[in-house]
Amino acid sequence: MVLIDCFLMLLLAYGFGFLYYGLYRNLSARVHGRFGPSLAQSFFDSVKLFVKEQSTTFGWMFYAGPIIMATGAVLNVLFIPFINHGDSLQGLSSSANLIVVLYLMVLGPLGNALGVGSNGNPFGVMGITRGLTRLIALELPFYLAVIGVMIDAGSADFSAIFEAQSQEMNLLKHPLLFMAAFISFLGFMGKSPFDVVGAPQEVYSGPATEFSGKFFALLLSQSAMFSFAKLLLMVNLFLGGADDLGDLVLKTFVLFVAATFIGSVYARFSTIQSVEFLMRIPTLLGIVGLALL
Amino acid sequence: MEEGFNAYRQSLESEEQSIKSTQSVVEQAIAWFRAHSMFVLAYGTGCGAIEMPPTFTSRYDIERLGVVGVATPRQADILIVSGYCSPKTLKRVIRSYEQMSDPKYIIGLGSCTINGGMYWDSYNTIKKLDDFLPVDMYVNGCMPRPEALIEGFVKLQEKIRLNSSEAGYIKYRDNYAHYRANQERLFGAQVAPSYEENFAGMN
Repeated sequence: MVLIDCFLMLLLAYGFGFLYYGLYRNLSARVHGRFGPSLAQSFFDSVKLFVKEQSTTFGWMFYAGPIIMATGAVLNVLFIPFINHGDSLQGLSSSANLIVVLYLMVLGPLGNALGVGSNGNPFGVMGITRGLTRLIALELPFYLAVIGVMIDAGSADFSAIFEAQSQEMNLLKHPLLFMAAFISFLGFMGKSPFDVVGAPQEVYSGPATEFSGKFFALLLSQSAMFSFAKLLLMVNLFLGGADDLGDLVLKTFVLFVAATFIGSVYARFSTIQSVEFLMRIPTLLGIVGLALL
Repeated sequence: MEEGFNAYRQSLESEEQSIKSTQSVVEQAIAWFRAHSMFVLAYGTGCGAIEMPPTFTSRYDIERLGVVGVATPRQADILIVSGYCSPKTLKRVIRSYEQMSDPKYIIGLGSCTINGGMYWDSYNTIKKLDDFLPVDMYVNGCMPRPEALIEGFVKLQEKIRLNSSEAGYIKYRDNYAHYRANQERLFGAQVAPSYEENFAGMN
């Protein structure tokens, strides 16, 4: 039963991940005054890349990078419950808590660093250096907000966090903590103004520069699933989780559209600017939010 | 025998049908996905580079067709050589093409990739790109408008969907000696190392 549940969760995350990625391309095209590609375009891209030949090899560690990243994304999807009650779409969330999920969230960037480090491409290394520097600044406000949520619920278990939000969701109870987490979340999603990692005009594709064919497709697929996992985490922590599948789609969609629109209108921060900004505004919001608990 | 425009169109369609009938459903599906997802490495060698920004941005929005620009040859399916090539540039174009993974295609943009165009008399540009790299689709004009480039992409999409063995990357692999000889004649001692061993690994 758990196995079927896990399979269903992965399937949903894969489907919604690509749908949202397609929607992101479409919505940002509308913001630019274009029509944009079809909603399934990212899925077409991924299928095409899976059947494309691999042109390079840099040893086994190069291939291990995307696999470690995909492992992190899959585990995150399985450990975060989709629905806030009952037994369906819970996956392995009863055997894990928020701390495990937060730990697994940094597995991806570390796997990426290992893979990129072995190919020796200067643009890849520059991208990953930017990514890890930014990650330190991203984690601080996000963890402050998560600590606030955990103090409020008195536990790191998802069930306790849902229980604490049964009357009023954390977004309304602790708006400052939500704002701190949301600004970090923009960075985790790779949206502007924190999209310095893969900035195409500066470091080509950043960490993905040397990846082609199947492993690039794996990178795209895991990034789509991981984005959905991050949306789920935000919904569970601040929007009270989802009552059913329709609620899940609605809440993740609202959060996703907000992130996309903010990302479409801001210019890119440089690495040092994003670190400074994240260390000041959202961190301060997080500290004040914690003090007001 | 029927004559006229319709007869000509029907003869092209029957040719397409006969190629398709030899392919399995999976092959046709893969070809369809390839045709609807084209990652472009736009190599701005000449004046054609100026026609590409409007093609990719709001005015003409070629992303509607699944065409999107990428920053690295590793991920690209299509190389656009936009205009005249000096030997110095051509060396870089060849290196970029050889770094792309199969299946890959080249669009020659502008008359100067076909026969040198207005640079026919130039001492420092190549006349015919197809002597050095296999061009899959020419878009003629000096300069071709973005509409012409979009038309070129649509024609290339049809060609990719047919999954023909006439594709440029197969020609390059099969006739590497011919292309290599032309490259050596042009570059002399400064020719880049041979990539032939890469083909052996792929087959």
